[in-house]
Amino acid sequence: MKFVAVIRQVPDGESRLRIQGDRVDLSGATLILDQMDEYGVEEALRLKEKHGGEAIVVGFGPERTEEAIRTALAMGMDRGIHVVYEGYADPVTVAEALAPILKEESPTLILTGGQQADWDSQALGGALAEALDVPVVAWTTALELEGETARAKHDLDEGAEWVRVRLPAVFTTQQGLNEPRYPTLPGIMKAKKKEIKKVAFQGASRVEILQESIQEKTRLQKILDGKDPVAAAEELVRLLHEEAKVI
Amino acid sequence: MILVVLDHDGNKLRKASLEALTRARKLAEALGEGVAGVLLAEGQAPVEEARGYVETLYVAELGPYTAEKWAAGILEAAKAGVKAIVAPSSRQSRTYMGRVAYALKAGLLEDTLESWAEGSEVYATRYAYLNRVTQKVKSAPPVVLTVKPNTTPLAEPLGQVGQVVALPIPPVSSVEVLERVQEEKKGVSLTEADVVVTGGRGMGGSEAFKQVEELAALLGGAVGATRAVVDAGWRPYSEQVGQTGKTVQPSLYIALGVSGAVQHLAGMNKSKYIVAVNKDPEAPIFKHADYGIVGDVHQVLPALIQAVKKLKD
Ligand SMILES: Cc1cc2nc3c(=O)[nH]c(=O)nc-3n(C[C@H](O)[C@H](O)[C@H](O)COP(=O)(O)OP(=O)(O)OC[C@H]3O[C@@H](n4cnc5c(N)ncnc54)[C@H](O)[C@@H]3O)c2cc1C
Repeated sequence: MKFVAVIRQVPDGESRLRIQGDRVDLSGATLILDQMDEYGVEEALRLKEKHGGEAIVVGFGPERTEEAIRTALAMGMDRGIHVVYEGYADPVTVAEALAPILKEESPTLILTGGQQADWDSQALGGALAEALDVPVVAWTTALELEGETARAKHDLDEGAEWVRVRLPAVFTTQQGLNEPRYPTLPGIMKAKKKEIKKVAFQGASRVEILQESIQEKTRLQKILDGKDPVAAAEELVRLLHEEAKVI
Repeated sequence: MILVVLDHDGNKLRKASLEALTRARKLAEALGEGVAGVLLAEGQAPVEEARGYVETLYVAELGPYTAEKWAAGILEAAKAGVKAIVAPSSRQSRTYMGRVAYALKAGLLEDTLESWAEGSEVYATRYAYLNRVTQKVKSAPPVVLTVKPNTTPLAEPLGQVGQVVALPIPPVSSVEVLERVQEEKKGVSLTEADVVVTGGRGMGGSEAFKQVEELAALLGGAVGATRAVVDAGWRPYSEQVGQTGKTVQPSLYIALGVSGAVQHLAGMNKSKYIVAVNKDPEAPIFKHADYGIVGDVHQVLPALIQAVKKLKD
């Protein structure tokens, strides 16, 4: 069996973003393995531990993405493939870049994050599934293999559902699927020796980003002391009614 | 042709579909195209209502949702040729539209705030970086576009009825729905509400949410929850606000016993006014709040309910 986790490297949500020439400048940001993709890596590792086989991490992005691939290898993935691409690429383009590699690997299943923490896209799972002509289950919170099929629970806008899906299939992750493990020191040492195959991608994004801006709304920050809860509550309601005019 | 996916609740079109229609008409006008609709969702489809909004209405009874079936249905309707496909943004649409976009090798513009056409190209604005950045993007047709709810005026009926075309059912069956875990829905829908009252782990338990519900009801709003609350089983997932929950942008967002983690902020940081109640004056949520009370939510919340009642009298 072969389990693939597709990952990207993104800025940590806590890190400061700057704008440089109409575009987000990440040079000062801390870059991490996307936390949503981390759930995919963890799930691939758990499936391998339970059913045997191989767990492969496939990363898409610029040279620095190798750091995120190494993190996944340090968590325990067996080997990595890095599709090197500078700049922004929409999910259809990313899926085009990854499809030939995934077809060649022919995995049992593929996992990827429910939403990207940089481009806020939720479409990569769907685009990848279409590229491979396999089903997709989005926002997965539980996953079990049953021979040629998998049983999965996943979130909808309202509620959730259990599905049985034919394999191979693509699953996108959701918080709750698992608790990702931390890389251990021996894991980090071993990861240094694990193979990362580099693949160049020449395609061009269909969607172009023209401008990016940060409009952090300045907040009023009128914080009241709640030692006298009744007085504080009345003052808050007065402010919301008379000043903000929202109630 | 500009094709709109019309979401409905088994009875009538969702408000978000009327927003998508407005966007579709705008693109249609600029690109010199007509507007067609497609109805796929389960249940009694509101065919009569929907045909009042479009020139052609494609209808298919596809049964329970799967991304594969929905994509196949939309691609069938798009066979006549499309410049753009527009759908209301939802967890489901952002998945099946990925399939559709790939199949058409289209430019995918997700969860857009605004969209327009200039010359032959389609432009849109959208949030990125966990809702912290606004992007302006463009793509040449065909484009596949999802519309963020509550961003767009609602379309009016055309005053004529469109032609109805039945779509063949696509032969895909690789996902079988075994069991639906329906969540009880009450009150105003979270993403459409103008006031959202969210409880966090600081509420201490599910019982305390009765008061969150009470305050929300008094303000004509909806109840939200943090992931910590959903994981604890105090509230259903459909109420989760954040990166992996829903994105809301009400006039008033009240966060009770919520720490203000970035993943939570991603779902609400565009709210017009943010109010926080937290006993820890150092809680990150206060940095993002317009108004706040440092105090115990178990004392402040009942007082807030009383104060709102007093105001209303
Ligand atoms: C990939 C990823 C995605 C995520 N997606 C989401 C998401 O969509 N939505 C989401 O919410 N989280 C999400 N999270 C989780 C997020 O990081 C936080 O763990 C979560 O938001 C914390 O919820 P909380 O504020 O309710 O709880 P806590 O962080 O435990 O905070 C509780 C707060 O209540 C205060 N408090 C306690 N008792 C009282 C009292 N009696 N009166 C007043 N205040 C009190 C405390 O001071 C504290 O600030 C995600 C995490 C990851 C890694």
